[in-house]
Amino acid sequence: MTDQIFATNSLDNVVFNEEGFMDDASAWTPEIGEAIAQTLGIQLTDRHWVVINFARNEFETNGEAPTIRRITKNSGVETKELYALFPGGAAKIAAKISGLPKPTGCI
Amino acid sequence: MKTFLILGAGTGGTMVANKMSELLDPDEWRILIVDRDETHFYQPGFLFIPFGIYGPSDVVKPKRNFIPPNVEMILSDIEVIEPEASRVKLVENNRVISYDYLVISTGSHIHPEETEGMVNGGWHENIFDFYTLKGATALSRFLKFWKGGRMVLNIAEMPIKCPVAPLEFIFLADWFFHERSMRDDVEIIFTTPLPGAFTKPRASGILGGILADKGIDLVPDFNISEVDSSTNKIKSYDGREIDYDLLVTIPTNMGSDVIERSGMGDELNFIPTNKHTLQSEKWENVWIIGDAGNVPASKAGSVAHFMLDVVVENILRHMEGLAPLPKFDGHANCFIESGFEKGILIDFNYDVEPLPGKFPLPGLGPFSLLQESPANHWGKIAFRWIYWNVLLKGGEMPFESQMTMAGKWA
Ligand SMILES: Cc1cc2nc3c(=O)[nH]c(=O)nc-3n(C[C@H](O)[C@H](O)[C@H](O)COP(=O)(O)OP(=O)(O)OC[C@H]3O[C@@H](n4cnc5c(N)ncnc54)[C@H](O)[C@@H]3O)c2cc1C
Repeated sequence: MTDQIFATNSLDNVVFNEEGFMDDASAWTPEIGEAIAQTLGIQLTDRHWVVINFARNEFETNGEAPTIRRITKNSGVETKELYALFPGGAAKIAAKISGLPKPTGCI
Repeated sequence: MKTFLILGAGTGGTMVANKMSELLDPDEWRILIVDRDETHFYQPGFLFIPFGIYGPSDVVKPKRNFIPPNVEMILSDIEVIEPEASRVKLVENNRVISYDYLVISTGSHIHPEETEGMVNGGWHENIFDFYTLKGATALSRFLKFWKGGRMVLNIAEMPIKCPVAPLEFIFLADWFFHERSMRDDVEIIFTTPLPGAFTKPRASGILGGILADKGIDLVPDFNISEVDSSTNKIKSYDGREIDYDLLVTIPTNMGSDVIERSGMGDELNFIPTNKHTLQSEKWENVWIIGDAGNVPASKAGSVAHFMLDVVVENILRHMEGLAPLPKFDGHANCFIESGFEKGILIDFNYDVEPLPGKFPLPGLGPFSLLQESPANHWGKIAFRWIYWNVLLKGGEMPFESQMTMAGKWA
């Protein structure tokens, strides 16, 4: 119950676009990440945080949310595990929880 | 003597060699181009091979025919690029070439082994690619005798070169089976990791509509994890399974192995490239044209052509100590074969997605945009002649490098 309240509170002032990605990546905090994950029905574990921290880092250096292949090649989390951690579109869901824009990756 | 070195003598490299041989002073510069293959493949023609429209001899010519005499052509695998030392090592005779300027045009290649189970078992038996001449030819033999069943076309992973080619394949297959009076015996399924039929929303909607009209099932968001060729199934990471009798795949596309060996690429061996100037993000005297770079534009011959003027102008500016101009706008222009001797034309860039309208082309057009028409089909067929006779030679094409909004319905 307390978790629930905590979650809603942390998202009160957060602005999302129509696809559910945060408008301003710099406004993200780990608490907001937890709260977004909860709305998506995901309980964050250490393995999730490996991916989230990697994604945040990537965004800071490259200005883009990482693609699935970039995550699996460089973060130590394999593709199968990645999909299990973030069901329903690994790179997209990871970006949402990490407060990043939608990964481009495809043209 | 200064050295201008080009790696890869495919579409992009050949155009650069032709342009530079006209522009650089032969007393001051020597121009070299390296490729491991002496045959130039007209890759857009691979699409027509499975259906017997083109044969292998329609899509190959010796590379040398397109390299000007004052350019030294070296036939060799490239061992490694050492950009810090401005040096390239070749496999042939362990030759080492130091360069003043380097253009990389080593392209993008398929890697079926990246998907579990793809190459052991049914590979080139009932699993085929058509991105290589070998794959396309094997598939044409298979289709000649196929009695029907379920054909699944799968895109393994984005980005792929010529992102419209899978759609064209499906449209042509639908036509091919109609012509052979066996369309009712074939179920066609298109599985893609994208959320729709194409990468850009408006075109995706329209092309998705055409798929539906032709009775083709679209399975979006399908990220293939495995091929099980003992039971003829493909599986996705989220646990879906699809049976096939014939699997046609666009395997993972990656930049050349030499880019990986040289530590110059991203996770798919594509080289980080400035998307507007086409200069390497890391080394000033390294420039990238065509599929080898990571610019977020389509990987297509037409795009390489639109890159040409920008790359050449910027290299010449750099030689004069001037800053490069951010002129490349991501312009792409593709004829999409839609079967029944019709085609669709799309024209887009980094900022503007494909729009409906008319494409004004003096002498040949107008062509309808994002709509089926016979003229667009003939445009595609004419492209082969234009490719060999005009495009590779870096000649003038009736298109501007930068996109225009004329005729488009925004
Ligand atoms: C089925 C299919 C359909 C297509 N249809 C169209 C279309 O309709 N319209 C369109 O515009 N484009 C189309 N394309 C895409 C187009 O063919 C490519 O985008 C274009 O050829 C890219 O040019 P490039 O110079 O970057 O690479 P390429 O032309 O592929 O050349 C790369 C060269 O580098 C050489 N090379 C690579 N690594 C090494 C090494 N280590 N050592 C030595 N040599 C090396 C290779 O041998 C090759 O000759 C299609 C492609 C395919 C596969």
